[in-house]
Amino acid sequence: MSTTGESLSTQDEVTAEIGAVQQRYRDDVAAGRQHTVDTLLDFPPYRSSELRHPTKDPHLVDPETIELVSPAFGHWEVAPIEADLTNRHVGGEPQGQRMVVTGRVLDGNGRPVRHQLVELWQANAGGRYIHQRDRHPAPLDPNFTGAGRVITDDEGRYRFTTIKPGAYPWRNHLNAWRPAHIHFSIFGNAFTQRLVTQMYFPDDPLFALDPIYQSIPDQKARDRLIATYDHELTTPEWALGFRWDIVVDGPQATWFEQDGDQA
Amino acid sequence: MSRLPRTPGQTVGPFFHYGTEWPRMNEVVAPFSPGSVLLEGVVYDGAGEPVPDVMLEIWSADSDGTIPTAPGVIGRDGHTFTGFGRAHTRPDGHYEFWTREPGPVDERAPFYSMAVFARGLLDVLHTRVYLPDDAGLHTSDPFLAKLTDEERATVIATRTAEGSLRHDLRLQGDGETVFIRF
Ligand SMILES: [Fe+2]
Repeated sequence: MSTTGESLSTQDEVTAEIGAVQQRYRDDVAAGRQHTVDTLLDFPPYRSSELRHPTKDPHLVDPETIELVSPAFGHWEVAPIEADLTNRHVGGEPQGQRMVVTGRVLDGNGRPVRHQLVELWQANAGGRYIHQRDRHPAPLDPNFTGAGRVITDDEGRYRFTTIKPGAYPWRNHLNAWRPAHIHFSIFGNAFTQRLVTQMYFPDDPLFALDPIYQSIPDQKARDRLIATYDHELTTPEWALGFRWDIVVDGPQATWFEQDGDQA
Repeated sequence: MSRLPRTPGQTVGPFFHYGTEWPRMNEVVAPFSPGSVLLEGVVYDGAGEPVPDVMLEIWSADSDGTIPTAPGVIGRDGHTFTGFGRAHTRPDGHYEFWTREPGPVDERAPFYSMAVFARGLLDVLHTRVYLPDDAGLHTSDPFLAKLTDEERATVIATRTAEGSLRHDLRLQGDGETVFIRF
């Protein structure tokens, strides 16, 4: 199935495919034919994955020293203003619902990931990226570029001030819309923990329809990508507050124990 | 002891460029500086087409086998070896890094640890890029020893006539790059 062909699938067809792939995954795990994974790489409902997923299982390796550590980042490398996506332009405030997004980056043992880089990028309130290849005919916002970064503190905390991104259409299938999301890139305590993901907002009606969000077959795992609205974090007369903790893990516990099966 | 469940990965999407770049991010060391090497290649998809929207990262020891601990990945100062670089593929699928050739750590065959992100790729892929001139260490390497000749060739860079390192990645199909999990 081609994304560029004249015959795009309907949403109903894609939704049915999502259900079928997830059911097959669950059956394969139950029958011991498949490792549990968080995110399926071979996920035909996401059309662009067709030619970009490996067909072979990754080889299990013992991590070496370099893989068990991460690059170092200094607080001096990132200016405080890079955590505020609403205040980087003398021209004025961006359009949209101002909000604070904060949380902690933790490892699987609950230890903070200190002094590591968190990057974020997102669409504007109308669902448009500043990226030149974004063709969505929603207005660009001259006061919003939609990218920020921060170095986590001693407790692994990050905090961004931004605006809530809009949902946006894409050409995966007919009438395809991505749920509102913010892209995150996170460094852990080891390079094996490197993570790029997307944060979503509670109760989005587009969740069930989105082949990217649904590429995670387990509902509990999907739920971990959804931020929590936090009224304590909400600032009167200023901004809504959302909290989202991020857990990076590995090498252990990324997969279940079938470790002896790799030739 | 119960572990916290990991946050799942999601694709880097099509619009990552402006959110993940900084000046000289692919220059782990200054181009043409003493001891520097160009590591370059093309990323291909399952149809053999170059992939123009890939984000690649390398992370390695210094040429004497030292594990880098100094910051300065974003605030490059031009002389501190941080070991980390990031590159976005060009419209023709080509990437390049300027870095040093890692030396052996713990007497093991040296390699660049590489992370791969792309539109259409739903989660990170990890691989390694070994150096072409370490045949002796390759023979005794527990990971390389388990691979077929064809698989091994996908994780060892080649030396160009100019002395650069050439390393193509194939996400799928014939000559598919060996990816790893830990
Ligand atoms: Fe997006």
